[in-house]
Amino acid sequence: MKLKSLLLGLGLVAGLSAAHAEDPFKVGFVYVGPVGDHGWSYEHNRGREELEKHFEGKVKTTYVENVAEGADAERVITQLAKSGNDLIFTTSFGYMNPTLKVAKRFPKTTFEHATGYKRAKNLGTYALRTYEGRYVSGVAAGMMTKTNKIGYIGSFPIPEVFRDINSAYMAAKTVNPNVEFKIVWVNSWYDPGKETDAANALMDQGVDVLLQHTDSPAPLIAAEKRGMRAVGQASDMSHFAPNAHIFSVRDDWAPYYIKTTEAVMDGTYKPADFWGGFKDDMLSISSINDNLPADVKAKIQATYDDVRSGKISPFTGPIKNNEGKVVVAKGHTLTDTELAQVNWYVEGITDAIPQ
Amino acid sequence: MDAELLSQVLFAAIKTGTPLLLIALGEVICEKSGVLNLGQEGMMLMGAVVGFLAAYTSGSVGLGVLGAIIIGMFMSLIFAFLVLHLGANQVATGLALTIFGTGLSAFVGSGVVGQTVQGFQPIVIPLLSDIPFIGHILFTHDLLVYLSFALAALVSYVATKTRIGLVIKAVGENPHAANAIGIKVLRVRYCAVMFGGAMAGLSGAYMSLVYTPMWIENMTSGRGWIALALVVFASWRVGRIMLGAYLFGLASIMHLVLQGMGWNISPNLLAMLPYVATVVVMVIISADHFKEKLLAPRSLGKPFDPRQMA
Repeated sequence: MKLKSLLLGLGLVAGLSAAHAEDPFKVGFVYVGPVGDHGWSYEHNRGREELEKHFEGKVKTTYVENVAEGADAERVITQLAKSGNDLIFTTSFGYMNPTLKVAKRFPKTTFEHATGYKRAKNLGTYALRTYEGRYVSGVAAGMMTKTNKIGYIGSFPIPEVFRDINSAYMAAKTVNPNVEFKIVWVNSWYDPGKETDAANALMDQGVDVLLQHTDSPAPLIAAEKRGMRAVGQASDMSHFAPNAHIFSVRDDWAPYYIKTTEAVMDGTYKPADFWGGFKDDMLSISSINDNLPADVKAKIQATYDDVRSGKISPFTGPIKNNEGKVVVAKGHTLTDTELAQVNWYVEGITDAIPQ
Repeated sequence: MDAELLSQVLFAAIKTGTPLLLIALGEVICEKSGVLNLGQEGMMLMGAVVGFLAAYTSGSVGLGVLGAIIIGMFMSLIFAFLVLHLGANQVATGLALTIFGTGLSAFVGSGVVGQTVQGFQPIVIPLLSDIPFIGHILFTHDLLVYLSFALAALVSYVATKTRIGLVIKAVGENPHAANAIGIKVLRVRYCAVMFGGAMAGLSGAYMSLVYTPMWIENMTSGRGWIALALVVFASWRVGRIMLGAYLFGLASIMHLVLQGMGWNISPNLLAMLPYVATVVVMVIISADHFKEKLLAPRSLGKPFDPRQMA
């Protein structure tokens, strides 16, 4: 009897230590918005869910949403590192310095920061080639506008946003030489009320197609109300505006999250700067509206195919900035490093870069 | 800027100011009775989500508004019970209410993210809307905006011209004296807090049924906090609250319109303007010789226990 219980006890201990050995690999995520924003954070969270599904039982994830950029972020990232996460993804530009700071303090933990440019031995960066999606949006907007005025709702004046405005504008010009861009900054990634105000202010000034670099579907709803057009951002936003919706550019982080987690688990991880686009299936065009003219639908599809195959590369020279200076020489295509430093508007955009 | 655009801008300023006005009208009554409720943002979010859910499931925006008001009152009742009955700290309880409301609204609304409702449609008032310029700005709104005009007038009237207004004021200035002359202090405060909750709920419904007719997490983006500042900024006077709400609306709209017109002003600077204006005014009115004009209810934030006489 005693022996039996002893054996049982031993077995239990063995079982426990076996369970300990198979502790799941822990991955933490930090989001700037709520996971229900239906845009940026929503898609990161979907990527996280896919990651957990892919490594069923082997990977355990946690996330913290609505984390303000700055001091708050540093506290949250530290907390995640302290609580034993092996890999931490921080998913907003403003988390760059806090992530770097924490990464230095936790050399055994791997960090990955979205849309930043500072790297370390245990800190890599990753981003989406959103300008590819923006190029297709620009073509569609240029074909759909009747007033030749396209509105662009910008979040913060940073290179990523300038780059995308330029991409959309150059694309629109290829199908409609008369287009004009009106750009409004809302100084927020996510404020449905303010995005609505911005959309209305633009439409009051004659804009009939809206593009946005903010995360909520509010501009689409505003466009729907007034019979105008808009392109969905980050996730499929078609159901918010069945008539207004032209198509959505969808982000998909899952392939990257799976690949990176696998590399860290295998020990093959090397910090790098990875940009995913159409050809990595990290960016796609979804739900092209049936109510678009046939030629527009065809052109959207064709533009997507050409950008994906590399036949069209938006930032290939010659490109002049709006002060008339050549910023991309003939035959040169901007490298990723150069793309990360775009702080000019292309020729034809009348606004000045905000100071 | 031409007249047409200007009238569009003023029209939009009223729309943008309306949720602030609604919630501030509730908070001013609550504060006049001596209770500081920092849970506005949480109640507003609950109003937005419940209003949306009710309208979405029933197909009636009227029921949506009703549901929002009821949940606002319910949330404020929890708050009132904690601070009035149990004597909990008002600031801490209010903050907890906001955190609770933010989380709960996200949870409750997770099933309807991405759905839309028809929302309130504009009602163009005949004759009045034909007045040149002013007509469009004031008389082509939706029902809730007109309701906010009426509520502002009503709250102003009740607060300054009626016995009820005096009772609320007495309770907020000196609850012990009010108690001594037979006023049921806690009962008055309960009613005032719940009126505040009802208005916060209504304000939330305005966000999810008119302003951006959808539910999406954290969609009020801090408007409950701005309203709290607005009440102080207006030194607890309804007329000034209305003015302040529309000024804030105007500043937010102008910052967008000017950019669209190609003005090269830093958007960061412009986005700051409404807040800078608020801070400047608050500094001015809280300067010493203005203190008497500040009119803050004297017992604001202090608990009252009727068994304990001062």
